[in-house]
Amino acid sequence: MVNFNTIGELVALAGAQQVPLHEIVIQHEIHVSQQERTAIVTAMEKNWQVMKASIERGISNQEKSLSGLTGGDAKRLYDYQDKGYMGRQVLSAAAYAVGISEVNAVMGRIVACPTAGSCGIVPAALYAAQQKKNLPDAAIVMALFTAAGIGMVVDQNASIAGAQGGCQAECGTAAGMAAAALVELAGGSPQAAANATALAIKNLLGLVCDPVAGLVEVPCVKRNGFAAVEAMLAADMSLAGVESVIPVDEVIDAMNRIGKALPKSLRETSEGGLATTPTAKALTKRIYPQV
Amino acid sequence: MHGVFDIVGPVMIGPSSSHTAGAVRLGLMARKILGEEAAKAEINLHGSFAMTYRGHGTDKALIAGILGFSPEDERIREALEIAAQKGMSCSFQTVNIEDAHPNTAVIYLVGTSGRTARVRGASVGGGNIMITNIDGYNVELTGRYPALITIHHDCPGVITQVTKLLAEANVNIAFMRVSRQNRGETAMMIMELDEEPAAEVVEQCRQSKAVDYAFAIPAI
Repeated sequence: MVNFNTIGELVALAGAQQVPLHEIVIQHEIHVSQQERTAIVTAMEKNWQVMKASIERGISNQEKSLSGLTGGDAKRLYDYQDKGYMGRQVLSAAAYAVGISEVNAVMGRIVACPTAGSCGIVPAALYAAQQKKNLPDAAIVMALFTAAGIGMVVDQNASIAGAQGGCQAECGTAAGMAAAALVELAGGSPQAAANATALAIKNLLGLVCDPVAGLVEVPCVKRNGFAAVEAMLAADMSLAGVESVIPVDEVIDAMNRIGKALPKSLRETSEGGLATTPTAKALTKRIYPQV
Repeated sequence: MHGVFDIVGPVMIGPSSSHTAGAVRLGLMARKILGEEAAKAEINLHGSFAMTYRGHGTDKALIAGILGFSPEDERIREALEIAAQKGMSCSFQTVNIEDAHPNTAVIYLVGTSGRTARVRGASVGGGNIMITNIDGYNVELTGRYPALITIHHDCPGVITQVTKLLAEANVNIAFMRVSRQNRGETAMMIMELDEEPAAEVVEQCRQSKAVDYAFAIPAI
């Protein structure tokens, strides 16, 4: 059976078989889950359909969340996409990511990727890639397996939970997953995909989890937009030949050590950072008058 | 290592895997333990659940589960209205329970036939749950496996009888726990199983000597 514990091992297996990363991830899943390949691919197709539906709902969403903190920004950004500095490609991707997160905040249906708090990043980047390169859904579904493989290694060797590793573990991991998937979709090598993950995660190291009023909204919703764009830049850097000086598995190890060094107040407890600003405290009081 | 669909997945209703998706599963387990439709739900919320339940829709999620909805059902956000339409009464209180997990709910249900169940459980992260008490008996139930529960007289031989019935039906026990309130009084046995037991096996357990009641809970 194929087995990998690091991104380096995953890349080496793909190299040995002369296949893309997603093929190794699928082989691994077939073995571990004891399911047929078609069942596994069908389940991922369903996830992609849910992701696309959440994007379409997100960019037209005008509804406010239960707390009233978020809602309507994805549509604002999407409507602005032709006027900005960054161009249509980038702004629409940011709008998709913000939109999915807004759908999450209004109790809509999303796919955790790897978590609910970071659910906008991977689908937004992949949807933007699909439009840019006119790719079939089947190609995106394969890229989701590549993204999953990256996330599995981070989960095992560091963390994907904000309560353990801060936001770097959620949005940082999601950006790393998205970057590798984008490189693969552009025809880049497994090594280039891993390099893009390193670039993406490195830039988000140290990001803390300090949500206002304990809700998955501020700063999470807009951060999904930033992180989707960051993943695209990391993919482009890698495809252009820019190399991360620190190899990806060492970056993941650094993320793990940084996560452990973060104080509890900055790991999803809302006892520090943005959550304890005067504005956040006032908002918290408004949202939870009984406490 | 986790699987592909632990990383890209699950499909869920937001905003939070622990405060929303896990809460649906807690409600669902309470509904399965009650074994019938609920006419009344009284829910106590502790810790982070008590602090943030409105912002996360934890109240809606718990009721959605009690209504039998899955964590990816888009009706979760309307669960309180749907419960009201069905004539189910729902109330919420915030409480402080010593040494309880921060995301703990105590769910008291009265069924349409008058049957009651009091279920305490916690949402322990990533949508996973742990039921820790049923009707005063300490348990550990995750909902990952089908379970068989008996309420019986605390006397020698009951475990043998029940496990023999399962063995004859070729049902394997994965985890098992026995607890009682006082020696020689009522006791509870909880078996998490690799397969769901057939209805007649559950009925045979009910008919066993010293067993007051037996019921099965499917995996959720």
